[in-house]
Amino acid sequence: MEYFVQQLINGVTLGSIYGLIAIGYTMVYGIIGMVNFAHGDVFMVGSFVALIAILLLGVTGATPLLLLMLALVLVLAAAMVLTSVWGWSIERIAYRPLRGSFRLAPLISAIGMSVILVNLVQIIQGARVKPLAPIISGGYEIMERADGFVVNLSNIQILIVLTTTALMAVFTWLIAATPLGRAQRACEQDRTMAALTGVNVDRTISLTFVIGAALAAVAGFFYLLYYGVIDFYIGFVAGIKAFTAAVLGGIGSLPGAMLGGLIIGLIETFWSAYFTVEYKDVAAFSILAVVLIFMPSGLLGRPEIEKV
Amino acid sequence: MAEVARPVEAGAQAAGAVRVAAAAKDALLAALVAGFLAVPILAYRTIDGQTSLELVERWPLVALAVGSVFAGRLLLNLYWSAEHVPGAGAFAAGLAPLRFALGGLGRYLGPIVVALAFALPFMPFSNRYIMDLGILVLTYVMLGWGLNVVVGLAGLLDLGYVAFYAVGAYSYALLSQHLGLSFWICLPLAGILAAFWGILLGFPVLRLRGDYLAIVTLAFGEIIRIILVNWQPVTGGPNGLSGISRPSFFGLEFKADCEPGTFCGFFGVAHSPLYRIVFLYYIILVLALVTNFVTIRLRRLPVGRAWEALREDEVACRSLGINTVNTKLTAFAIGAMFAGIAGSFFATKQGFISPESFVFMESAIILAIVVLGGMGSQMGIAAAALAMTAGVELFREFELYRMLVFGIAMVLMMIWRPRGLVGSRTPSIALKDRKAISSDLVKEGHG
Repeated sequence: MEYFVQQLINGVTLGSIYGLIAIGYTMVYGIIGMVNFAHGDVFMVGSFVALIAILLLGVTGATPLLLLMLALVLVLAAAMVLTSVWGWSIERIAYRPLRGSFRLAPLISAIGMSVILVNLVQIIQGARVKPLAPIISGGYEIMERADGFVVNLSNIQILIVLTTTALMAVFTWLIAATPLGRAQRACEQDRTMAALTGVNVDRTISLTFVIGAALAAVAGFFYLLYYGVIDFYIGFVAGIKAFTAAVLGGIGSLPGAMLGGLIIGLIETFWSAYFTVEYKDVAAFSILAVVLIFMPSGLLGRPEIEKV
Repeated sequence: MAEVARPVEAGAQAAGAVRVAAAAKDALLAALVAGFLAVPILAYRTIDGQTSLELVERWPLVALAVGSVFAGRLLLNLYWSAEHVPGAGAFAAGLAPLRFALGGLGRYLGPIVVALAFALPFMPFSNRYIMDLGILVLTYVMLGWGLNVVVGLAGLLDLGYVAFYAVGAYSYALLSQHLGLSFWICLPLAGILAAFWGILLGFPVLRLRGDYLAIVTLAFGEIIRIILVNWQPVTGGPNGLSGISRPSFFGLEFKADCEPGTFCGFFGVAHSPLYRIVFLYYIILVLALVTNFVTIRLRRLPVGRAWEALREDEVACRSLGINTVNTKLTAFAIGAMFAGIAGSFFATKQGFISPESFVFMESAIILAIVVLGGMGSQMGIAAAALAMTAGVELFREFELYRMLVFGIAMVLMMIWRPRGLVGSRTPSIALKDRKAISSDLVKEGHG
């Protein structure tokens, strides 16, 4: 039971990170119907930006609490803004010229972009892994088993889950109640019609990429703090898993992306805990295949109607 | 006349000034964005310090990057965008005869290239290095042609193609090590096994739409690789399998001792490792040509016609009574078969295989070859494979940058000519005479 609770906590934390990345996939898919293959690598870039900002500000675990909080907010803001520029540029360079091209063109372009990002970061930051000493430490012991196994709820886990929940709330509001959200939903339904009613479609799509990249940067920031080690290749696997999460939750659906992220995070954690660590990725990928085959519209998605 | 001309000239000058100003403004914006992109990632490099990571500042690099973006964007604005339509039109018009010439030459170009490829080992300049390079290029040519069946003909984006390559390589390695089967028996077996895997994967997933399919194949490729890494007792894990037996020349082995029953002993020539390399070169050349031949013949069969129809419009296909699942499966299986055969060749050539050789980047390279070659054009794919592998080999010092260049090439290709450099469609059935249709005119349906 205690072991289970511990894994549950770990799984929810991991799931929050996946969920944040998955939102980027699901929004882009919803609005222009393409899999933004480079999104996982945007997450990686965000993680690197956060790392550099942390090193620049000289934040360590020894910084006084108030200062530390301020610094981390700064780092997070910097990572979100600068990564958004990456997201915006990628859309502008690699995807916008391809609107109306043939079906596979944006996907191939996205794969090219992903290859570019991975190799660019490898070249300019080096291929070695980047370790970072823990910055947020401490936590609470919430349970103890007779044999001394302690269930830990660490501060960083609390921070990740709380921030993700808060971001989700802000985000849901953004989509439901602001002009931007309205424009976005309009574009999602029918781009031509939205343009006719005065929605600036290009701008809306750009903003979608910006928001997706900003959330990916948050995920990258937390990934860095939580695991304490990143390299240029983390975007690939995290990206596929987040995409799996988006598909599982029903691609195009925002709550679905979050739910899918949680489920994937939990499955992966429990699989590692009770079966084998080596095959945890196989478990996640197999779920992707199974979901797509038996439930192509996911848990919360609408079934896709093919129009001729 | 002069009075009339002057204001026009002045107007043109003013327009020119406005144009330059607009171009400069746009370039400045681009440079600003480039600055934002470069500042965190490029300006500071993280290096391992004494106790923790340290930062090294590299502002000159940032200045260089921003400056070159500004200059590049400015030049692009001034000399390309200004005459956007006529310039691009003239360029395309310039390309058209080239394409026509290529099309006309195509009849002779193919045989000439094949003859050259056959003659390569006997060229005065050929040496061990050239032969190794030739084998590498031909392996990619074969993989490109194999993937072309799936991507170029049937229009299914397969991002896990390297998995079938791995299946072929490990099939041969395991069959020869445990059952002692020879290369020539294993070659078709590896192809069949890979095709079987293709069907096994394809059967459930081929109902999916294009990009879903792409991601599932990618996931499948990763699953295969993870299994190869972790299934230690069978696959040797990350250390891979070594000591894979080499192919024999009609039963004659390539050994240095020149005893009867070896290649040099039988022919009475001095032993040279080059014989084996040349032999391997011919094997892969023949395998690649077989791939090409089979593909070309298949295109003329009903199944090949169905593939191309499927690529153009899946819904129309279904309404015409084509069994789309079977059609996709055959494309998948045949593509996988070629990858499997190429994989077993790879295993026998290297004598050593490990999961390192079958990573996603390999799939991306093969896909890039097919994309750059113009998806469907056999000649284009061969040229792209040559450019990508040989070109990279010749610039060994820039090894680090090669994948970067691949990525940039893929993006630019999609923006500039999504149908490839020599993309054209020849109608499969024509009323009177066959006319190549520029691929720009062909719009692909949504499948």
